Amino acid sequence: MHLLLKGGRIVDPSQNLDTIGNLLIKNGKIAGIGQVESGDLKPEQVEDVTGKVVVPGLIDMHVHLREPGFEYKEDITTGSYAAAAGGFTAVACMPNTNPVADTRSVIEFILCRADEVGLVKVYPIGALTKEMKGEEMAEIGDMLEGGAVAFSDDAFPLQNSGLMRRVMDYCAMLNTPVITHCEDLSLSDEGLMNEGITSTILGLKGIPSEAEEIMVARNIMLARLTNCKLHIAHVSTRGSVELIRHAKETGINITCETCPQYFSLTEEAVRRYDTNAKINPPLRTADDVAAIKEGLADGTIDVIATDHAPHAIEEKETEFAIAPSGMVGLETAVGLVITELVKPGELSLANAFMKMTAAPAKVLGLDAGTLEIGKPANITVIDPEVEWIVDPSKFHSRSKNTPLKGKKLVGLPVLTIVDGKIIARNQEVIA
Amino acid sequence: MALKRKDILGLEEITREEIELILQTALSMKEILSRPIKKVPALRGRSIVTLFYEPSTRTRTSFEIAAKIMSADTSSIAPSTSSVVKGESLKDTILTLRAMRPDVFVIRHQASGAPHFVASLIPESVINAGDGMHEHPTQGLLDMMTILEKKGKLEGLTVAIVGDILHSRVARSNMWGLTKMGAKVRFVGPKTLIPPEADRLPVEVYTNIEEGLKDVDVINVLRIQLERMKKGLFPSLREYTHFFGITKKRLKLAKDDVIVLHPGPMNRGVEIMPDVADCEISMVTTQVTNGVAVRMALLYLLLGGTGDALAS
Repeated sequence: MHLLLKGGRIVDPSQNLDTIGNLLIKNGKIAGIGQVESGDLKPEQVEDVTGKVVVPGLIDMHVHLREPGFEYKEDITTGSYAAAAGGFTAVACMPNTNPVADTRSVIEFILCRADEVGLVKVYPIGALTKEMKGEEMAEIGDMLEGGAVAFSDDAFPLQNSGLMRRVMDYCAMLNTPVITHCEDLSLSDEGLMNEGITSTILGLKGIPSEAEEIMVARNIMLARLTNCKLHIAHVSTRGSVELIRHAKETGINITCETCPQYFSLTEEAVRRYDTNAKINPPLRTADDVAAIKEGLADGTIDVIATDHAPHAIEEKETEFAIAPSGMVGLETAVGLVITELVKPGELSLANAFMKMTAAPAKVLGLDAGTLEIGKPANITVIDPEVEWIVDPSKFHSRSKNTPLKGKKLVGLPVLTIVDGKIIARNQEVIA
Repeated sequence: MALKRKDILGLEEITREEIELILQTALSMKEILSRPIKKVPALRGRSIVTLFYEPSTRTRTSFEIAAKIMSADTSSIAPSTSSVVKGESLKDTILTLRAMRPDVFVIRHQASGAPHFVASLIPESVINAGDGMHEHPTQGLLDMMTILEKKGKLEGLTVAIVGDILHSRVARSNMWGLTKMGAKVRFVGPKTLIPPEADRLPVEVYTNIEEGLKDVDVINVLRIQLERMKKGLFPSLREYTHFFGITKKRLKLAKDDVIVLHPGPMNRGVEIMPDVADCEISMVTTQVTNGVAVRMALLYLLLGGTGDALAS
């Protein structure tokens, strides 16, 4: 299968490439960039992408595919469809499944299922501790051999600093990253939203920024102690950005991510007790949003991930206090990045998409996120000008939980290409 | 003038004009309570469901008496003895009850925002009878009515709300209602029972009781729950009483004509001394009576009545 993408703006941050030209794909690999021509290709093998942006296939290093165990929220098939529609050619999935992805067999099951679906690349993240209980170290080495790309207890963060030190020591030995959701559970104390004036008015128990920042600080110190590759998930506060900026300045081996919701929404989204806006970490203040943008711009924040967290309608159509935390994000990420970061000039197009391609590939050690000649042709083509309205009923994800319903966004993935094959066009999956 | 809203969810969103209408109507309703035959046909044929997810005596009874005086039919649902214990969701409970065609739902729920969720589900009126730590609008209105009766005005008064502000829906409703009517509100209590960023609310915050009570017109005392002490929010009931209990001596800090309110139930000897609770400036029983009048007014106005029509 050969394919020519003709006349697009090719942006590849991994090669400092930003040029108008053609991109040729042969046998699933990138064969040429620039003045390459269609040669003997048939008309149906040529895609005119004039006015569009061609970037390496987007990588989302933080999603929840919910299989095994919670298929009523999402499964690997529907999650892969949502990823493809959202312009992602690869996703890394968190281990909070049932059973927990804490053994090689569950890791291999996820890889097997993803292979059966055969749409986007799926990279499992294994649990740090057995059943994510924070008590005993899981078989990290065995899972690594089985195909896990990183390790995390996700939303069940290790509170025990001694155990955290040991798992970080062990992961440092294996040269595999540890991803941490940073939350001091004694301080968040079953809070429901950001602590502040809005939580006070709404009468909802708040989670102070310090619940995140204390654990960011602790984990930075433990990264210094162990020299583990620490990746901090979904950074949401100004204090966290400042701690990570300082840690990087002092040479600590640390990377981090944020999510579109943390630079697009504030706690005001909770104002009408919208359970779709209930997420963890919670939506913060306008000042935190500004700090996240600053952190993205100056390189403190390496990666943009979605924390795609599907939940069933009946779980969200309930009292705020008992609704689960999380929102879907795969199908709105590109639009939010362009609308909130690129169009207002917060980030260049290249810098924004570096955080969704080369940067996550580097954190996870993947041979991906680049348009280098000879590499697998995983490519996303984006129309950066098209305006569209978020309509959750059109999502491919099994779940529709987003507070963005009705929001106007600019920028849409128009082609998603995996191994040289077009798998999605204009948010429709071509299976 | 008629009330132009479907639901009464909180005093934050209600306008000053609406509060004036409700209080004026409630004063008219109170006259009915003084009659030997307390029955008017204003809501004959209308059906009201009270759904209380938390234990309550005074609020539920107050709503039921208010409805019955106006000839409405009431149905009282206690989730602890209903399908809720079988795991039915709030949404399904409401949709089931709605199918029985009531006109108004009165809801108390331990989760802040639960009445808002219900109101978003159905076209019928919803009255918030207390939601978590958020609001208790009918209590706020009856407190305002009580102050208005005794002081003749709300504008320009200073009201100290004393105690567990952090968990109090009464404090939040009082704050919005009173400030809209031109009163000044003080939150007085230990720092651990003052909500985060309270200094950004339209109130003055005091952690010293003597300063907080100085020259106030009204003291609204909140109940202290033993449970809060167990959670480490203050050291002991004894210490709380020592530093924040309302005593006769402390009343002297306020204006000479100060009145004392308490939403009940009272912990005598903890947040309020018995001699304060029972003295002539204590408005506790007046508040309960006014609660019926306020709830009569709200049911009447929500179901299409107008203040003018009542007056005529």
